[in-house]
Amino acid sequence: MNRGMLLVAATAATAFATGVAEAQVTVKLGVLNDRSGVYSDIGGEGSAVAARMAVEDFKAAEKGLKVEVVAADHQNKPDVGSNIARQWYDQDGVDVILDVPTSSVALAINQITRDKNKIFLNSGAASSDLTGAQCSPNTVHWTYDTVQLANVTGGAMVRQGGNTWFFLTADYAFGHALERDTAAVVTKNGGKIVGSVKTPFPSNDFSSFLLQAQASKAKVIGLANAGGDTVNSIKQAAEFGITQGGQSLAGMLVFVNDVQALGLKTAQGLVFSETFYWDENDATRAWSRRYGERMGGKMPNMTNAGVYSSVLHYLKAVEAEKSKDPQKVMARMKATPTDDPLFGKGSVRSDGRKMHDAFLLEVKKPEESKGPWDVAKILAKVPAEQTFRPLAESNCPLVGKS
Amino acid sequence: MANASIAIEPPLGAVKREPRGTAAFHRLIFVGLAVLLLVGPFLLYPVFLMKVLCFALFALAFNLLLGYGGLMSFGHAAFFGMASYISAYSAKVWGFPPELAILSGTVVAALLGTLFGALAIRRQGIYFAMITLALSQMVYFFSLQAKFTGGEDGIQAVPRGRMFGVLNLANDLTLYFVVAAIFMFGLLAIYRIIHSPFGQVMKAIRDNEPRAISLGYRVNQYKLTLFVLSATLAGLAGATKAIVFQLASLTDVHWSMSGEPVLMTLVGGLGTVFGPIVGAAVIVAMQNYLATLGAWVLVVQGVIFVVCVLMFREGLVGLAARLLKRPL
Repeated sequence: MNRGMLLVAATAATAFATGVAEAQVTVKLGVLNDRSGVYSDIGGEGSAVAARMAVEDFKAAEKGLKVEVVAADHQNKPDVGSNIARQWYDQDGVDVILDVPTSSVALAINQITRDKNKIFLNSGAASSDLTGAQCSPNTVHWTYDTVQLANVTGGAMVRQGGNTWFFLTADYAFGHALERDTAAVVTKNGGKIVGSVKTPFPSNDFSSFLLQAQASKAKVIGLANAGGDTVNSIKQAAEFGITQGGQSLAGMLVFVNDVQALGLKTAQGLVFSETFYWDENDATRAWSRRYGERMGGKMPNMTNAGVYSSVLHYLKAVEAEKSKDPQKVMARMKATPTDDPLFGKGSVRSDGRKMHDAFLLEVKKPEESKGPWDVAKILAKVPAEQTFRPLAESNCPLVGKS
Repeated sequence: MANASIAIEPPLGAVKREPRGTAAFHRLIFVGLAVLLLVGPFLLYPVFLMKVLCFALFALAFNLLLGYGGLMSFGHAAFFGMASYISAYSAKVWGFPPELAILSGTVVAALLGTLFGALAIRRQGIYFAMITLALSQMVYFFSLQAKFTGGEDGIQAVPRGRMFGVLNLANDLTLYFVVAAIFMFGLLAIYRIIHSPFGQVMKAIRDNEPRAISLGYRVNQYKLTLFVLSATLAGLAGATKAIVFQLASLTDVHWSMSGEPVLMTLVGGLGTVFGPIVGAAVIVAMQNYLATLGAWVLVVQGVIFVVCVLMFREGLVGLAARLLKRPL
């Protein structure tokens, strides 16, 4: 074959290849979360359902996108999670990994995604390192983070009059960080920290710590812990009648599912923060009802909603680019403002932080509730700029370069 | 727990004369295993195989202690996890090349093993298991609190680096062959230990400690040596795993990690040379390929475990050994 013919053949082949690509882009989304352990209620199947709903609502098939959703269980173990992620990226052709609660697993996936040049849309993890010291051009941290939790719960509580605080802190790195960040916010807003106590992690018996908190006469008792510790401390606080005694209980990391599981009788008066509440407006209610139909009546939490919202925004970017090239899609996602029925209008910042408003919620009294999932009322809505870490304070190396 | 019955039951594969040709047969298995290791990465996903090999080495180290010394340790996660922390930390923060990182992890595990062993071998049976568990819980607590381990987040983004300055481990296949070589080294070392005069004495102690004492053996020295050897090899596995997965986390020092090699060894075959390898392959494959089933993984794992214990108590390889009428 002479050179001319080769050139023609090559051009034809390229043209053909692009033609096919334009006709149909195939995208594979992998929902990686805890499906069997302590966080399965928060992410689990619910996040997979949310991802599938996003694909359907986007009408991907009509727009020439072939989207497949797969799901796996990382069992909250970083090695299991990173093994699945590598296999998904290397062998199974997964383009995007979604959700990933548990910070240690999320940080591992963050690194792998960067090495393999794919996309990681995190919804379930709390660590603000994902958009801080360990930020990556391939990651968007969608739903919430520790800075936001501290800012909303700490800041808004003080503004509501809860200006003296006592902390119950789980005695490990996460608990310490949560206490430190929240205490800083409280002091900045003019509040005062009257004391704190470190509780062994994990713990079943909080009674002596709660008595100390009660004796401190602080207006707010901050629970700088997570998961089982939070649930146990809330239950025992109810037994001591702490909220009835005029003190408020502020959970730093509480999901609406936790409240529902605890029951209003136990959890009433607890203050917590989420970036999405199903009963906020008509749009969120309508979506949540559709979600509930598929999940046996369960209402979504912010993690599930975040997965839905992130998939929608990603698919829009893929449609606009007519390609799934990670760099192009990420650039498009950061350039385009986000808009969906769940989080409203927002944006994706250069450090990978998705910006949206957050809520300060209070658990209702049993007599105020109109249904099994009518668990909280919105005390305050905090604008995105006041809730997430400002870019000026960011230690992310990407900031300022783009 | 299974350990109580293990301590009381006459040990599986008690010292008997090996039938003729066993050594040659084992040589054949080693060759077969080497061939499998060579073609493996071209058939299966290399990272998955590396995980199997790391856990197989871990289970082998555990089996060395339980199967040949009759010492049920419930604290092996301490050696595995601490080695993985040291290996990850030295590679990431001090910039050690991988071979030195793995070596330093292994050395720390050996030191830790000496310390733990010196205390634990003073008691037998369930008390021995409880002491090891208690000590490993201390290591867990230390890892949770210490600054260098990164608490909940662990040590992330560990560089794989270049082995001996030439082998680029960022390539999965290159790394695989390095891990396979480490695994083979561990397996051969264990095989050698078991079949050495030292190993014979260990089996004698396992089968009848008072008799070994009456024959003039310093039983505690033997036990301590075996404990340290087992801890060192478990450390080697943990240190290698840190380089493979580029992370070290609390999972590796958690007590449930001490249970993994127990499960693998029992499924594969307690007191057999090759059993833990098969057990590790079965358990890791289940965790990996059934990950999509969610909560059902644990159920399936439980059912398999129950079936194993009911149908063939000597494990998969133990069953094969009985059918072949040869120790494996």
